[in-house]
Amino acid sequence: MEPALLELRQVSKTFQTGNTKPVKAVQSVSFEVPSGINTGIVGESGCGKSTLARMITGLTGVTSGEILLNGTRISGLRRSAQRDVYRQVQMVFQDPYSAISPRMPVGTFLTEGLVHFGLISKGDRKEQARKLLELVDLDPQLALRLPHQLSGGQLQRVVIARAISIHPRLVILDEATSALDVSVQKQILSLLVRLQEEFSLTYLFIGHDLAVVRSITEQIFVMKEGSIVERLPSETLQEDARHPYTLQLLSSVFSVKDLS
Amino acid sequence: MTILELEHVSVSYDGIRNAVDDVSFSVQEGEIISLVGESGSGKSTLLHCIQGLLPGGAAARGRITLFGKNMLELSAAERKRMRGEQIAMVFQDTGRYMNPITRIGGQFTSYLKLHLDQSKEELLELERTMLRKVNLEDTERILHSYPFELSGGMRQRVGIAIALSLHPRLLLADEPTSALDVTVQAQVVKELAALCRQEGATIIIVTHNMGVAAHISDKIGVMQSGRLVEWGTVEQVIRHPKEAYTQSLLSAIAELDDTRLLKQKQE
Repeated sequence: MEPALLELRQVSKTFQTGNTKPVKAVQSVSFEVPSGINTGIVGESGCGKSTLARMITGLTGVTSGEILLNGTRISGLRRSAQRDVYRQVQMVFQDPYSAISPRMPVGTFLTEGLVHFGLISKGDRKEQARKLLELVDLDPQLALRLPHQLSGGQLQRVVIARAISIHPRLVILDEATSALDVSVQKQILSLLVRLQEEFSLTYLFIGHDLAVVRSITEQIFVMKEGSIVERLPSETLQEDARHPYTLQLLSSVFSVKDLS
Repeated sequence: MTILELEHVSVSYDGIRNAVDDVSFSVQEGEIISLVGESGSGKSTLLHCIQGLLPGGAAARGRITLFGKNMLELSAAERKRMRGEQIAMVFQDTGRYMNPITRIGGQFTSYLKLHLDQSKEELLELERTMLRKVNLEDTERILHSYPFELSGGMRQRVGIAIALSLHPRLLLADEPTSALDVTVQAQVVKELAALCRQEGATIIIVTHNMGVAAHISDKIGVMQSGRLVEWGTVEQVIRHPKEAYTQSLLSAIAELDDTRLLKQKQE
């Protein structure tokens, strides 16, 4: 059988700060993300979802357990070996403004990955930046602008374009649409769906809004206090939820449809 | 009884464009009003304008009548006298407006002392009562805590307790629960609405969350590019929106029973 795109085996992370009690941020988390099956991780602040994402991308080391990509272990690698992982795993964060140096033109930022991995020569940067901007429905003229001259939604499109520019297999989106207005959020979600079809990507979508995560995934893991409490198929999320915490999350949604 | 009336209110930061553009509405005593809209729609500017908290350089025109006084013509000293007992405000992140090196009890007491001439024990008793009203039962521990020792939800509850302690007739709340986790937000939103009903206070809440607005308000105002494009009861605005903009905002909200954007994969 073909190995899953991503597999976590008993992954744990403990933070030790000063003389205080160690914080068990992630506790023995195991799950699989098959290729093409978008997966959501849902939980509230401090549940360990971002730590989990950082461990998968290698930004934070694991305390114990293993992370495998296509059956090959990617946790505990040396820095030089991690380069190849980044080629396949890219990440998008909540705040696009903190992802870009405020003094770097958008076009330079967009093509950094391509140049870094030797996929294009420096002379092709302008042309590639233009193509990438068009790919995410932005005006190619924006390549010369600085980050603060773009809106949050425009800049998040730029960050997404850069992440997929090197054709990764897995894109981790950590609250990537949470800071955006609802109308912009919906546009970005549609963009992600389109890009997935075009580039055969798989998304690991991390968020706190159950309805948003459900809309773009096929399976959802609910996290609480560092552990996964429930795995649910996205389509039948509401009907299948059993864990009290999931039910509490569901009942906390203020819907504009069912007004009591 | 009408306690607040806005007539053709416009606010400009640069003298060229209007952040708030010709807004008029009136609020009856005891009502819960939500102003919704996307970033940059002018909803927070409008809220700050009502109680004269606009930054220097911003110019407001029109007429804002609150308890019979034109707020735009009051002096800073007169407005200051209105704060506390007549108007109070709750912000998105109460922690940011607190002194980080003073315990909650100390900050609460210094706020009350500005307005009340009572003994220390009486003030302390009022503080305990208010904390209990926002479901912070462990009052002694809260009063002895520094802001950073409390969670975001607890700090928002403290902010609400302080704001309501002098029984203001009008509470202005700017995204009071937007920084909170969803489960905490649900609790705090319900507490805030229930408490204001109980105290008979009028609230104007600014929020980007249409769901929250739909669940607690009597009336909703929808803002877009500085203009109030729709105004009415929850029934009118949420169920039967007239404006295309309101309809587009409502349809952009992800709901749990929506058809998913992603088509189900055949395995």
